[in-house]
Amino acid sequence: MRNESADQGRRGFLGTATATVVGLVAAPGLSLVALARSPEAAVDDKSRWGLLIDTAKCSTDCTACTIACSTENGLTSHDRPASDAQWLRKVQLKEKATGRTLSLPVGCQHCERPPCVDVCPTGASFRRADGIVLVDKHICIGCRYCMMACPYKARSFGHEEMHDQKPYSPRGKGTVEACTLCVHRVDAGRLPACVEACQKDGHQAMIFGDLKDPNSTIAKRLAAEPTHQLREALNLNTGVRYQGV
Amino acid sequence: MSNTRLRVVVLVMVGVLLGTPALTGACQVPVPAHPEGRGDHCVRDTEFMRRNHMDVIRHKRDLTMRKGIRTAEDSLKECIGCHAEQRPDGSYVPVNAPGQFCQSCHSYAGIQPDCFECHATTPAALPAIKP
Repeated sequence: MRNESADQGRRGFLGTATATVVGLVAAPGLSLVALARSPEAAVDDKSRWGLLIDTAKCSTDCTACTIACSTENGLTSHDRPASDAQWLRKVQLKEKATGRTLSLPVGCQHCERPPCVDVCPTGASFRRADGIVLVDKHICIGCRYCMMACPYKARSFGHEEMHDQKPYSPRGKGTVEACTLCVHRVDAGRLPACVEACQKDGHQAMIFGDLKDPNSTIAKRLAAEPTHQLREALNLNTGVRYQGV
Repeated sequence: MSNTRLRVVVLVMVGVLLGTPALTGACQVPVPAHPEGRGDHCVRDTEFMRRNHMDVIRHKRDLTMRKGIRTAEDSLKECIGCHAEQRPDGSYVPVNAPGQFCQSCHSYAGIQPDCFECHATTPAALPAIKP
């Protein structure tokens, strides 16, 4: 275990007495030290949360991240895979010429210029100041324009009545939903469930952190190593980045 | 003498006739009784909350959703934390079950609360029961 004090010093606005340090270090080179924002403080654009996924470390037969996502957010199955909610899914790619295969988790890419937000007729799809793209289900009318607009097929629709929701992850019939980057955890200074599961399983394929903090592990990796956005040509500036695709 | 008695009888009959509808009305729809919440008192005065709770939680919902402000006060999660009745085995009765805190008054007022189409109706973990 090791701490990166540089990460801690960065966010001055977090330096309140109530802020707690949650340092999660699973392996050398992979660490996140996030400070929990005080509950009274509104999010601001000093941070932008993002993910870096290293496909070389992502195992084809591992589904720890997707299972953790469904468990955390209470995504129960109705045994109808075509319409069951899935916020994070494993995508298998194969290069036809060489036969090289790789596997990567794909969910909401938390775009800086999200097409889902552009098309939403009610303002339910929105981007929080810290870059997390969410659906305000209170005003979502279930029209599903956002699902059509999303280039990553990242959103699901609640087709059926739901029961036993998690208190921190409200979900209901007739509204669109997607990866929230585990916003309830992020606001408490914790890692998203998928990242935690990936680290726990020892794959270390996912890094979560603040893209705007030059001292964060994710920003350092992005600065030093080649990474890609999925469908980069769309110029959406996604918050989720990939290595080895 | 008999005239006076007749007047009294007529007055009593009129009084009974006028009073009856009010009495039967009160009996048909009894004022709801619901389980007491845990803790000493609500975050606001009971009379205020009875009339304005919907505005309070709607205001808070936008702050939490849009700005990430997650204070406990005025949070629906906290409402449920105090007002969900606990069974002897420690499990909770959903707040929207018949006769429970939310449902009892909403049935009485004939209003359907939409909160619980999405929101959990019981607290997640078992908090310590306050006396």
